[in-house]
Amino acid sequence: MLKAEPLPLLATGAGKKAAVAVTGTILYGFVFAHAVGNLQVFLGPETINAYGAMLHSMPKALWGARLVLLGSVVTHAALAMNIYAGAKAARPTRYKVNAPIAEQSILQRYARQTMILSGPIVMAYLIFHLAHLTAGAVPGLPFKEGDVYGNLVRGFQNPAVAVSYIVANLLLGLHLFHGGVALFQTLGLRHPQWDARTRPIAFLVTAVVTFTNVIIPTAILTGLIGSELR
Amino acid sequence: MAETIDLKLHVWRQNGPKDAGRFEDYSQYARGISTHASFLEFLDVVNERLVLDNKEPIMFDHDCREGICGMCGMVVNGEPHGPQKATTTCQLHMRSFRSGEELWVEPWRASAFPVIRDLSVDRGAFERIIQAGGYITARSGAAPDANAIPIAKSLADEAMDAATCIGCGACVAACPNASASLFMSAKIGHLNSLPQGQAERDKRTLAMVAQHEKEGFGSCSNHYLCEAACPKEISIRWIARMNRDLLSAAISYKPAEQRAGGDGLSWV
Repeated sequence: MLKAEPLPLLATGAGKKAAVAVTGTILYGFVFAHAVGNLQVFLGPETINAYGAMLHSMPKALWGARLVLLGSVVTHAALAMNIYAGAKAARPTRYKVNAPIAEQSILQRYARQTMILSGPIVMAYLIFHLAHLTAGAVPGLPFKEGDVYGNLVRGFQNPAVAVSYIVANLLLGLHLFHGGVALFQTLGLRHPQWDARTRPIAFLVTAVVTFTNVIIPTAILTGLIGSELR
Repeated sequence: MAETIDLKLHVWRQNGPKDAGRFEDYSQYARGISTHASFLEFLDVVNERLVLDNKEPIMFDHDCREGICGMCGMVVNGEPHGPQKATTTCQLHMRSFRSGEELWVEPWRASAFPVIRDLSVDRGAFERIIQAGGYITARSGAAPDANAIPIAKSLADEAMDAATCIGCGACVAACPNASASLFMSAKIGHLNSLPQGQAERDKRTLAMVAQHEKEGFGSCSNHYLCEAACPKEISIRWIARMNRDLLSAAISYKPAEQRAGGDGLSWV
């Protein structure tokens, strides 16, 4: 009889995927809360600046959350790259004819095929986003500590910035849609009674996040809000 | 009367695992093929013609030719077992193709399935995954009474859905990551669903997953092409269940030598 010693969970493909799913869920939750919180930009400068000040008034909670998020991003990306490298090694050759094999919707096919592309692009966007609106370290874009509204509006009045935010958030939407459905499979949280609902729910939550993240730069770019700062 | 068709046939030829391999154009041997022929019978005809032409016949795996043994399998135009759903290559018939159609026939492509020759691949990795835990340990002797262990019909049916896996490897061939998750989850799930499989449940799950890793298969990234390519229509729900079993086993399982005492009460 062949003896296969059990491997540590994180040395198995399914275990790595589970860690990707858990960290992804944490990031998903943050992205949702962040998007909904940012909707306050439509209520005017006082409201969103007060919201920013409120978050900054609790440094321990703020830095705790930042550490958890940073850990999640690093784990999520590192394991995803490791899994991708393993997959490439397992399947180095492609077939002559690229057949679709499964009947899947365009959205589903596109979302799963671009997962590995949307990841790095979203990561690049995330770094830019933090440099732009958290650290204020992007040359040419004005930044004033505490003036959330002003920083946001002046940033998005630059069409290049607004458009790159919109594109990145559409890709993020595909990433969240695939991930939102896949995490139930990966963590084994499937049940015949829930299955029919997971896809619509993931779609709805993703749609809310994506719509919010796209509508803010669009509203500023078109002058719907913030035109007084032009 | 059977109609006949002519095909533009390209077949992958490879002399051994180390050979680079290449497609050969065999269109001249693929004319006047009966639409009643199965795909393997079609290759038999091509092989006879190759032999008459003093050429090496194409090597491919086959056994029962009834769609139940799991021995046959090749990729036809990018689809494992060809274009028809829920069908093994031996049960695929030439009426599925139009006359003049171009066919590209290749072996399963995965590092864990090295090519033996042409369309024949070594699927020993599947055997080793089964050896790692795809069994139950039972006392030998007289056969037990058929209904000694009561099992609900619904449960038996469900376990049977997993047990219909014939281990052909189409799931690996279809997967962009060459993951054998569908095969492995069907084999784990079939035993883990039944009372007889409970005693070794955690150990089985951990050992088979470890062997899958060792064989160099990729991991599942939820493309779900395996399910679509599977000639037995094994559901990807089995992968979800395997993931759940793996997570719970990883938390609770302790090998015998790590269990102090051995009566299971060392914590008292």
